[in-house]
Amino acid sequence: MNITRRRLLYLLPAAAIAWEFVEAGTPELAPNYKLTDHWYGMLIDVTKCIGCGSCVRACQNENGVPDGYFRTWVERYHIENWDDESPNVDSPDGGKLGFPPSKYTGGKNFFVPKLCNHCADSPCTQVCPVGATFVSPDGVVLVDSKYCVGCRYCIQACPYGCRFINPKTETAEKCTLCYHRLTKGLTTACVENCPTGTRQLADLKNPNDPIHEFLKTHSVQVLKPHLATRSKTFYYGLDGSVR
Amino acid sequence: MQIPVDGFMYPNEVELQWSVLIVLYPYLTGLVAGAFILASLERIFRVEAVKPTYRLALLTALAFLLVAPMPLQLHLGHPERSFEMYLTPHTTSAMAMFGFVYLWYLMGVLVLEIWLDFRKDIVLLSKSSTGLKKVIYKVLTLGSDNISPRALAIDDRVGYIITLIGIPSAFLLHGYVGFIFGSVKANPWWSTPLMPVVFLFSAMVSGIAMVMLLYMLLTWWRKQPIDMHCVDTIAQYLFYTFVIDFSLEMLDLIHRIYEADESFRSLDFMVHSRLYLSQIVIQIIMGTAVPLALLGITQVVHFSDYVRKRIYSTAGVLTMIGIFAMRWNVVIGGQLFSKSFLGYTTYKLDFVAREGLLPAIMLMILPFIFLWVLVKLLPPWGAHEHVSQAASAD
Amino acid sequence: MKTFQDSGHLFRLAIVFIGAFVAFLVVRALLVPKTFGEYGHYRGAALGEIAAKPINYAGHQACEMCHSDIAETKSHGKHAHVNCEACHGPLDKHAEDPTALKPTLPDTAVICARCHQKNIAKPTGFPQVDAPEHSGGVECKTCHTPHTPVIAAVAEPKSAGVKK
Repeated sequence: MNITRRRLLYLLPAAAIAWEFVEAGTPELAPNYKLTDHWYGMLIDVTKCIGCGSCVRACQNENGVPDGYFRTWVERYHIENWDDESPNVDSPDGGKLGFPPSKYTGGKNFFVPKLCNHCADSPCTQVCPVGATFVSPDGVVLVDSKYCVGCRYCIQACPYGCRFINPKTETAEKCTLCYHRLTKGLTTACVENCPTGTRQLADLKNPNDPIHEFLKTHSVQVLKPHLATRSKTFYYGLDGSVR
Repeated sequence: MQIPVDGFMYPNEVELQWSVLIVLYPYLTGLVAGAFILASLERIFRVEAVKPTYRLALLTALAFLLVAPMPLQLHLGHPERSFEMYLTPHTTSAMAMFGFVYLWYLMGVLVLEIWLDFRKDIVLLSKSSTGLKKVIYKVLTLGSDNISPRALAIDDRVGYIITLIGIPSAFLLHGYVGFIFGSVKANPWWSTPLMPVVFLFSAMVSGIAMVMLLYMLLTWWRKQPIDMHCVDTIAQYLFYTFVIDFSLEMLDLIHRIYEADESFRSLDFMVHSRLYLSQIVIQIIMGTAVPLALLGITQVVHFSDYVRKRIYSTAGVLTMIGIFAMRWNVVIGGQLFSKSFLGYTTYKLDFVAREGLLPAIMLMILPFIFLWVLVKLLPPWGAHEHVSQAASAD
Repeated sequence: MKTFQDSGHLFRLAIVFIGAFVAFLVVRALLVPKTFGEYGHYRGAALGEIAAKPINYAGHQACEMCHSDIAETKSHGKHAHVNCEACHGPLDKHAEDPTALKPTLPDTAVICARCHQKNIAKPTGFPQVDAPEHSGGVECKTCHTPHTPVIAAVAEPKSAGVKK
């Protein structure tokens, strides 16, 4: 049999066996992927974001996200005269095709990527009436689209606006942290395609993950900390005006 | 997205998630709770004056309770999976637990109470009617035709206990709906411990007004004299319940204005712009202040029966509209502003659509059709009807 | 017993209620998915189903297996940390079977601008230009090679907006 170069990749640890296992047609987790070995989060370095929208396009391409809805998006902030209480924010089509020139010539301006925060104390899973959305043992908040009844309570309960109803399946949908990639040892589509290293996947249970060192040496924030969602999307360089 | 947005909204927030059907649902369950509490006034608190409305109130509650899940089913993305809420209810979800509260209230309280109160009529009708009706009544008797005085006395005792349990159950029924909104910390328009209480009292107001209007309408239609003492008493209860409801809503408002937390400016602007007509004009002025004034006047000035009837009807209709507006303002209002507090969206209400205005109107009419069927099946004005001393002609 | 003498109808009612409850339990046993509750209050099988979704981005390691020469060149330039598919799009199908799908090259007139078009919100240290000013409408790859974007032949940075 002609062994393609792709197949050589299979000889590399995790990804290799996992991929073969899935190709065999059994939709189970790869045998050498242990759920309890991982606790995923995301680190976003706001100081590096250039608003190119590569992450938004990558997510749509990887996950088949319908137009007009966003599993991840980028916001552009403009703060005039240190007025943190009234920022001007825009996000044209979620920043999918980048951003048009700003109409402002001064003030403080920056981009903020947003996605599901994969909260450890997730308010969306708390309100789901049937158990269709849940926090997986490895820390990813997921939706079982075969079980979801489409009541939209989770969308109301999410403080970050990261959920929507997929018009084709009529079920709730959101960022899955590319679970289908994580479980094969790959990184998420958005992290893979971010050109500046703004987005980085973090495995809080992996002792070798640089996140541990980063969290020890940098000041990080989460969105809406007063809601105590135990968000696992950490922002570095997040301005006080960010909602 | 063709939906016009002012300012900034998170991209997924632009489209409203909960439509007019979700406005209708608390309105219907509110009428149920209100009607039932009015009925229990007679049973438990022995307010003899409202006895003429007792059976009617129970049947009204049942008619509305049967229709209440329909807007929900119509709204769900997968109504065929809705039974999952009974199979694997998530105990941390107010929505899931509400399924059981609803079921308990329907079967354990309302149906049981109606059956016990109407049992004598059912047994008699099973003997006297023919054809399909006879079969229906026979089934409803559960095969027992014991209507001896002792059996009826037992029914009365058990019914009393059911009503006693039923009052907190009715409180739970609608308070829960309030909790479904009030417990969402992500939404500052909804998140308040006052929400279940406000919902409950506004439910009582709408339910009492509904039964009062129905009683007046049906009695007039049947060309019977309206029991003015009964209606006066109901109007009094309506007035005092309304005072409590109004006070609670004012408390919420004053609290918000005084504390002025991060959401205040955004919500304040929304009330003064997008929600002006439905909140200030319809709910507060037309739907609360005017009925309160009308009902209040009748408490201090003596009017003739003719005038009082018209005052009560007007106040009743305005109340019904006002309480619907209150539900609208909570549900729709809570989705018009962005959780970033930086923008607003618009609610596009279609007419002919699964969650459009037409189905909403049809679902509003349906309980009356159900009520008509129930009244035909279980006439509230059987041998049990009391005519109070202060009855007067039109 | 005298107490229960006239309560026959209540017993019948109780039987109806109990019967309905038992029926509910039976239906529940039949309908609740077998893997429900395996890991928590959800269908355990969902984890596997979600993990089995198709992959569209191969990841740069896959590309570098065959295109090691380009990888080598790129690793010395400014685009070292820009992964292949960020510009070339999702190419897992190509990595699977290179001859089956030949990728079309991205249009540099469009794709470069997304990152490098000047915008006040971009971090100031990031190389950004106003394209019309910078190149007068000429396509980027006329002067720049995407894999090693800095133009080595020019000792000094170009005057119009190229930042180091």
